[in-house]
Amino acid sequence: MPAPPLLALHGVCKRFGVVEVLSDIELKIHAGQVVALLGDNGAGKSTLVKAISGVAPADKGVIKWEGRPVHIKRPHDARDLGIATVYQDLALCGNLDVVGNLFLGREIRRFGFLDEVEMERRTRHLLERLTRGIPDLRAPVVSLSSGQRQTVAIARSLLGDPRVLLLDEPTAALGFEQTTEVLDLVDHLRDRGVGVLLISHNMGDVKALADRAAVLRLGRNNGFFDVNTASQEQIISAVTGATENVPRRMAPQETGW
Amino acid sequence: MKGMRNMADNTRAEPTAPHTKARHPHRERAIAHAVESWVGVFRRKLSAGELSWLPVVLVLAAVWITFQALNENFLSPRNLSNLSVDIVGTGLIAVGIVFVLLLGELDLSVGSISGLAAAVFAVLNVNNGVPEWLALIIAVFAGTVTGAVQGFSFAKTRVPAFVVTLAGLLTWNGLMLYILGTSGTVNLDENGLVAKLTSHYFTNDAAAYGLATVGAGMVFLVSYQNRRRRRAVGMPHRSLGGIAVRAGGVAVIAFAAAYLLNRFQGLPLALLIFLVVVAGLDIALRHTHYGRQVYALGGGVEAARRASLSVTRVQTAVLAVSGTMAAVGGLFLASRITSVSTGSGSGVLLLNAIAAAVIGGTSLFGGRGTTWSAVLGILVIQSIASGMAITDTPVAVQFIITGGVLFAAVVIDSLSRHSQEAHGRA
Ligand SMILES: Nc1ncnc2c1ncn2[C@@H]1O[C@H](COP(=O)(O)OP(=O)(O)O)[C@@H](O)[C@H]1O
Ligand SMILES: [Mg+2]
Repeated sequence: MPAPPLLALHGVCKRFGVVEVLSDIELKIHAGQVVALLGDNGAGKSTLVKAISGVAPADKGVIKWEGRPVHIKRPHDARDLGIATVYQDLALCGNLDVVGNLFLGREIRRFGFLDEVEMERRTRHLLERLTRGIPDLRAPVVSLSSGQRQTVAIARSLLGDPRVLLLDEPTAALGFEQTTEVLDLVDHLRDRGVGVLLISHNMGDVKALADRAAVLRLGRNNGFFDVNTASQEQIISAVTGATENVPRRMAPQETGW
Repeated sequence: MKGMRNMADNTRAEPTAPHTKARHPHRERAIAHAVESWVGVFRRKLSAGELSWLPVVLVLAAVWITFQALNENFLSPRNLSNLSVDIVGTGLIAVGIVFVLLLGELDLSVGSISGLAAAVFAVLNVNNGVPEWLALIIAVFAGTVTGAVQGFSFAKTRVPAFVVTLAGLLTWNGLMLYILGTSGTVNLDENGLVAKLTSHYFTNDAAAYGLATVGAGMVFLVSYQNRRRRRAVGMPHRSLGGIAVRAGGVAVIAFAAAYLLNRFQGLPLALLIFLVVVAGLDIALRHTHYGRQVYALGGGVEAARRASLSVTRVQTAVLAVSGTMAAVGGLFLASRITSVSTGSGSGVLLLNAIAAAVIGGTSLFGGRGTTWSAVLGILVIQSIASGMAITDTPVAVQFIITGGVLFAAVVIDSLSRHSQEAHGRA
């Protein structure tokens, strides 16, 4: 029997008031796999990310970590499992500097006080791996460009050596060169066995990078694709709703996941 | 600056970097970039409010020069020494306000809490014969508890803190009136512990000079140690000259103050306590895990929550700190007049405490400011009050001028916030 997926969702539902934003969502991410999560605006992609990361926990459904059911009720729970997230809105503290944001909630201490030197050293090290144009590490992030801020958010997600990385449109604010840097990084993380959930509207990037694609439409699963075999048209028509795939819960063996 | 350039090179030449060779041609560009970024750092500091102490220092200088011109007794050792004791009560309360402002919130109950704590002390000690030290601890603890209760309600109900503490303002004031009961005014023991808080002076010259030496020495040692560590791991660091200038500046101010204080009655105990508390809380805010959480919440509650911070705990703790500081400040205010009455903690006290924090450069929008801003702000406010008294100017003028300074501070705060954001959009 193959190893269970690192992360699996079964029948995840999420409501905001009377609106059911996610219904019966199924999703699997294996170690060393990049899964693209596709869908139109408002399809529920960000909501799903927040459900996994504990920011807005699911109302119903099961989340399994390496085959074992787990409860993710707070951001803390997800982090303890090894799930790191780059949120669409980045969720940085504008008044803190780059170092402060990277280490927020897991500061390195020395004699009980913050060890700014060590934190700055590691920040620099991490950012050098990530990009050529390192921003001023002591500037409040509100004064950085949106591309730089996105880089900071990505760097922060890498800090604890996560096993699953959720990237909600991580390249939206990046230029061509920086986008390439981030995609290279995702490729590299996959090789190191990290499971990645990548939300992107760029089909070119998805085709080039992802192993699998899961499509959401109006808060429901609308198909799973092997990116290497499925055509771009097939995937896009699932996104736009031209084809209705997978009406209900789908048996795992059907898809071969 | 030279250090910075070397650093930029060093980090690039780090043996661990895989592309060392390939990056070599970029060296000239890197140097140009480093210089550019240094200029940028200064401009950033100017606009980002890291130099937020600059305007208030200029205002303070202007106030002092003006009043000295109007009355030559203003900068006399006696007046300055009195000033240094007068600032302590309200200043301590303002330090608590800084914590709350860092969250982007406001605590309107500090005046009432200060009065309540003073009343608790007076009634326990004077009317019921509880030993002073015990009554003191209970009074301060009463401030902590009331603050924590408000903080917890604020955190749980998500009602803005100014509303919760507005209810607190009335409640604690009512509680104080109830405790004081029919006695109305309670006179404290003139030679007691609390009276000594503001009446005791270390008359030995060594005390003031010793404090100045310790202060300047600490600044130097900490900066030097920091520089050594950063240099050891090849990171940008201050030049020795820069450290010397910094420590030297602190030394000049500290020794000038010590000299003046010694020409009157020496180092006031109240000032010593004030400075130690402010320095200690500054370290707690800027160099500990707890303080980092306070700043983070001021930068965005949702972002902090997603970073696994315990929002409720931090919010409760911050209001508990401001309640504690209000109680301590209240005891100093009672000490100054050695009595507690139904009027304790009322009037302009609350407004002055908030104004002090803001005038000193703590942002109303949250996330920016230090405890030292309370010191600078209260110095400005109390200097104006003292100058007005010394020159026999009506109180009405004092209010108008203080109001003007406060307004200017708020405008500067708002401008620097906008310039930061504009910078980010570029
Ligand atoms: N906190 C919320 N309260 C109410 N509705 C929400 C909330 N967050 C998201 N929604 C709704 O959920 C739907 C999915 O949103 P989202 O997950 O952000 O979509 P996507 O990221 O796929 O563009 C949208 O219709 C949005 O309006
Ligand atoms: Mg989204």
